[in-house]
Amino acid sequence: MNFVYEKILGGKNGMAALLILSAIILIVFPLFLDAFRLNLVGKYLTYAFAAVSLVLLWGYGGTLSLGQGIFFGLGGYGMAMFLKLEASSPENTAIQSTPGIPDFMDWNQITELPWFWEPFTSFTFTIIAILTIPALFAYIIGAAMFKRRVGGVYFAIITQVIAVILTVLIVGQQGFTGGINGITDLRTLNGWDITSDSAKYLFYYINAGLLLAVIIVSRLILASKFGHLLLAIRDKEDRVRFSGYDVGNFKIFIFCFAALVSAIGGAMFTLQVGFMSPSFVGIVPSIEMVIFAAIGGRMSLIGAVYGTLLINFGKTTFSESFPELWLFLMGGLFIAVVMFFPNGLAGLWNDYGHHITDRLAFIKNAIGKIQKTVFSKKVQEQS
Amino acid sequence: MDGYTYSELGAIFAMQGFAGISLFSVLLLMALGLAIIFGQMGVINMAHGEFMAVGAYTTYFMSTLTETYFPSFLPYYFILSIVVAFLVAGALGYLAEFILIRHLYSRPLDTLLATWGLSLIMQQTFRSVFGAREVSPTLPDWLMGSFQPTEMIDIPINGMFVLGLTFVVTLGVFYLMFKSNWGLRVRATTQNREMSGAVGINTKKVDRYTFSLGCGIAGIAGAAFTTIASTGPTTGTLYIVDTFMVVVFGGAASLFGTIASAFSIAQAQSILEFFISGSMAKVYTLFALVLILMFKPEGLFASKVRR
Repeated sequence: MNFVYEKILGGKNGMAALLILSAIILIVFPLFLDAFRLNLVGKYLTYAFAAVSLVLLWGYGGTLSLGQGIFFGLGGYGMAMFLKLEASSPENTAIQSTPGIPDFMDWNQITELPWFWEPFTSFTFTIIAILTIPALFAYIIGAAMFKRRVGGVYFAIITQVIAVILTVLIVGQQGFTGGINGITDLRTLNGWDITSDSAKYLFYYINAGLLLAVIIVSRLILASKFGHLLLAIRDKEDRVRFSGYDVGNFKIFIFCFAALVSAIGGAMFTLQVGFMSPSFVGIVPSIEMVIFAAIGGRMSLIGAVYGTLLINFGKTTFSESFPELWLFLMGGLFIAVVMFFPNGLAGLWNDYGHHITDRLAFIKNAIGKIQKTVFSKKVQEQS
Repeated sequence: MDGYTYSELGAIFAMQGFAGISLFSVLLLMALGLAIIFGQMGVINMAHGEFMAVGAYTTYFMSTLTETYFPSFLPYYFILSIVVAFLVAGALGYLAEFILIRHLYSRPLDTLLATWGLSLIMQQTFRSVFGAREVSPTLPDWLMGSFQPTEMIDIPINGMFVLGLTFVVTLGVFYLMFKSNWGLRVRATTQNREMSGAVGINTKKVDRYTFSLGCGIAGIAGAAFTTIASTGPTTGTLYIVDTFMVVVFGGAASLFGTIASAFSIAQAQSILEFFISGSMAKVYTLFALVLILMFKPEGLFASKVRR
C-alpha cells in the first residue's frame, strides 16, 4: 500500500496534483461546459496523450521524436477505417457503382475493398490493431535507429521525414485513404450513434479515464528501476552503456510505449471528432505536440495535460478573434519556453508555486491563531 | 516503360534530368547554407526555409520597386537583387543569432524548437506584409525562353542561369571555408571550441558570422527560387525537410557530401516523377533515403570531426 502511495501516486504532492487534475477534467468541465464545448475539450485531451508520451520520451528519455503525429494518425486511422466500413454497408451505399465500399473508393474508381481494409470489419481486430500496429512500427524504427546508436538530432529529423512520407502517402493514395479530406462521415459504432450527446459524454469520460490511467502507468514506469535508467541514459548515455546495459533496448521500449499512448489518443480523437485526416499526421501537428509538452513542462506528466489544454484554448480563442496574432503568439511561446522557462508551467510552479502555498499556509496559520486566542479568551472569560 | 522508343527515352531522361538539375540547384543552395549552420555549428535551424523565403520576397520587392520607379533598369535588377537577397537574409540571420541562437548552443534540441517558433513568426510576417497568395517577381526577358539543342530536347534558360549561379556560390563557399583565414577559424572552432578560444580566435564572432553566412546563402537560394516557382508564406516549410535530408544524407560536416546528395536526391525525384505521380516519387525518394540512413547513419561521406 505504501508502495502504491509513494511511487505511483507520487506521495503527498503527486497525489494532490493528480486529484486536482482528475477533479478538473472529470467534474469541473462536465459541470460547466455544454456538450459542444465538452466535446472540444475531449478533443484537446486526446492531444494530451501525445504530449504525455513526449514527456516520457523526450523529458525523461532525452530522445525527441518529431513524429508523434505518425502514431496518433495510425491510431486514428485504424479507428476511422472500422467506423467507415460500418458506415458504408451495402444498404447505405446502394447508390454507388460498387455498393459496400467507402464512398471515396467509389469516387476513385476502386471496385473492390483493398486487402488491408478487410480485417477492419472486425471491432476486436481494430482494437488489437490500434494497440499493436503503431507500437510495432515504432519498434521497427526504433530498432533500426537506436541499435545503431542514432539518436538526438538525427533521430528527430528522421522521425520528421517519416511523418512527411506518411502524410504524402495518405494524401497521394486518395482511393485507399480518402486523400487530403481524410476519412469522414463516421456515424455509428456497432450500430450506436456516436454523434449523439449521450455518446459524446460517454466518450469524454472514457477518454479522461484512459488519460488518467496512462498518467498512472507512466508514473509506475518512471518510479521503477527502468525510470531511473531512462534518466541516466538521458544524462550520460555512454556511462550507462559502459555499466553493462543495452541502452538501445531501453530506448526502443520507451519509444514503443510512447507510440502506443499516442495511438490511443488518436483512436479516441476519431471517436469524439468523427473524422480523421492527414492534417493530424504531418510535421506541423507533430511539432505542436512537442510544444504542448514543452509548455506544460517536459518533466511533468500532469503539466503536459495542462499545457495541451492551455495552448488549445488559446488557439481556439485567438484564431476566432485575432487569427493574425495567433502565429506570432505561438512562435513567441516556442522561443520563450526554451529561453526563459525550459521546464514549462510545471517548472514555474515548482519555482514560484511555494510562494502561493506558503501564503496559503500563512493565512491558515493566522486564522488558526486568531481562533485560538479568541477561544482561549472565551475560556478565560467563562472561568 | 514500353511504348517509348530509345530516342524518346533519351530525350525524356535529358529533359527530366535537366528539370532535376533545377531542383538540384535550389536544393544545393539551400543545403549549402544549412550544411554550414547544421554541419559546422550543429544548430538545427528550422527557420532556414523562411530565410530562403526572405530572399525570394526581397527579389519580389526589388522587382516591384524597379517596375514602378526605374522601368529601364528592369533587365539588370535581377543580378542586383541576388546580392540584396544575400545581404538582407544574412543581416536577419545575424540578428537571429544575436538574439536567439547564441544562448542555445549547448542545447541542440532546444534550438530546434526555438527556430521553429522563429519560422512561425516569420511566416506570419510574410503573410501580413505580402499577403497570403503566392507572388512572383517580373523576370527580365533574357531569363525567359528556352534552348533547343535537338528537336525533342527543350532546356529552359532560367534553369541554366540558376545552375550557373549555384556553381559560382558553391565555389565561393569552398573558397571561404577551405582557403581563407576565416574558413580556417570556422573549422577550428567546429573541431575544438576551447582550443580555438585559447589560441585567440573569437569563437563567438565566428559563430555569428557563420550563422549569418548560412542564412545569406539561403537568401540567394530564395532569389534563385523565384525563377522556378512562385513564393508564398509557407514556401519555406515545403523545402525544409528535403533540405535537412540532403544535409544528413550527405554526411553533416562534408560539403562534398552535400553536393553529391543534393544531386542524387534531385535526380531520383525528378526522373521518377515522369513515370509515377509526383507524390509517389517523393515517397519513394524519401523512403529510400530513410532506409539508406538506417544502414549508414553517418551519411554518404562520414565526417572526420571528433565530437
